[in-house]
Amino acid sequence: MTEILSKKKKKKKKNKTSVEKSVKSNFIISTESLNAYYSETQALFDINIQIPKLAVTAFIGPSGCGKSTLLRVFNRMNDYIDGFKTEGKVLVDDTDIYAKNIDTETLRKNVGMVFQKPNPFPKSIYENVAFGLKIQGINDKSFIEHRIEESLKQVALWGEVKDKMKKNAYGLSGGQQQRLCIARTLAVEPSVVLMDEPTSALDPISTGRIEELLFELRNNYSIVIVTHNMQQAARISDKTAFFWLGKIVEYNDTKKIFTNPKNKQTENYISGHFG
Amino acid sequence: MKKSSEKIIEKLLLSSALFTILTTLLIIAILLFETVKFFSEISIIDFFTDTEWTPLFDDKHFGILPLLSGTFLTSMVATLIALPVGLVIAIYLNEYSGNKFRKTIKPLLELLAAVPTVIYGFFALVIVTPFLQQFIPGLAGFSSLSAGIVMGIMIIPYVSSLSEDALFAVPKSLREASYGMGATKFQTVFKVTLPAASSGVIVAVILAISRAIGETMIVAIAAGQQPRLTLNPLVPVETITAYIVQVSLGDVPRESLEYTTIFAAGITLFIFTLILNNISFWLRNKFREKYD
Repeated sequence: MTEILSKKKKKKKKNKTSVEKSVKSNFIISTESLNAYYSETQALFDINIQIPKLAVTAFIGPSGCGKSTLLRVFNRMNDYIDGFKTEGKVLVDDTDIYAKNIDTETLRKNVGMVFQKPNPFPKSIYENVAFGLKIQGINDKSFIEHRIEESLKQVALWGEVKDKMKKNAYGLSGGQQQRLCIARTLAVEPSVVLMDEPTSALDPISTGRIEELLFELRNNYSIVIVTHNMQQAARISDKTAFFWLGKIVEYNDTKKIFTNPKNKQTENYISGHFG
Repeated sequence: MKKSSEKIIEKLLLSSALFTILTTLLIIAILLFETVKFFSEISIIDFFTDTEWTPLFDDKHFGILPLLSGTFLTSMVATLIALPVGLVIAIYLNEYSGNKFRKTIKPLLELLAAVPTVIYGFFALVIVTPFLQQFIPGLAGFSSLSAGIVMGIMIIPYVSSLSEDALFAVPKSLREASYGMGATKFQTVFKVTLPAASSGVIVAVILAISRAIGETMIVAIAAGQQPRLTLNPLVPVETITAYIVQVSLGDVPRESLEYTTIFAAGITLFIFTLILNNISFWLRNKFREKYD
């Protein structure tokens, strides 16, 4: 438990000093021959992927090919599904997160998640962003308020909501709600942010704002995003992994994937021939 | 073209629906008619301000307050038992137990509501009261405490079942958001799920209270027949329902003023349960909109 926390702090320092960076691995998450099953059905096959630090990694591929499953492996969100099990290793910050002594609460503070549909709590805007801090037992009001302001500024929502912090979050538009959910995740200062199709329920303008946001966030966070929108992956990500039937077919720099895919299936998919 | 037999069936179905509505309207009409008769002789102000209810004695008083306090007291005791127990059961079943366990235990719990109330009343009188008297020396043989406790046990399934439905209706996405931020199960239940389900839980509690207020047999047997304006749960009281039973079964002549008192008492009870049911109906609609 403290291991993850202390590593997180080390990592934060490391961001600034590139000398130290080279000492440790440049990957925030890596998997080794990972298989995953929903009861008898195998959903992921022999996944070996290394997610870079402080970059945006996109998962693309047709529906039901394992992108979200893998994303939810990274913060053990699949633990709540009956019959879900994994084989192989998943390292986050060089810690095996499926090891016996792992505290999932601590893991999830470090690996935050933004969901497909905006899911603010039916509470005030203030309470939404304060939630993650309060459940950690932080009661220092000025610290909480400082973190709320900072997080809301990071998602460019502060100006729009600073005068209605006590209002219910359900009163915000869909795009604002999703930015609020991102702010809520950022408030606890995770090192990784997992995003499961975060813009699929939003209009193009809100989508654009969230994409802009991702450009900013990659300076401080390692981001993994699942998307069905190929242009989005091309625009915002540094690396792209193409999934097909539970396997990663191709994983490379986004530029290479979109301009010069090595695999025929990848080429077909990104050029819109199937999927 | 419809066949004539179809038409006859349609008419039959319609008439049975109308028959039900008509019966309800007739009940209300008779209640009102007799109540008007009662209030032509007794001032409505006395009815609500007099602190004694002694229509069957020589020194007649017609203040409903003692009966209301008896009803209130027994229902409050019942709620204080049923709310925490029912809520804990609902939380356990919906958030902690496995699906299989829930499916087995829920119908068993609902059996509590299927036990004939006369058995509950008897149970209160011959088991609960003597048992409690070992710890509470001042407890009378009839009391709102033991009647209320047993009534509380009876309405547990109302609270637990409806609360569980309300918890179940909380979208999975809210729980995921909470877990995703590193909340424990306990934190998720008490800071996210339960607050989100609160209006549904309130509906459950109101319906349970409404059921307790209308409950007759348990209080008639175990709470006593002494109209008394008190908030002391250890002494005998009389509820509105118990009074109606007492008069209906007694030798009070029909058409007398004494006899019409049960209609006045009945309509008071009816108005209370109607208000409670309407509040819960209104809340339920409000709560249904919330996640759409």
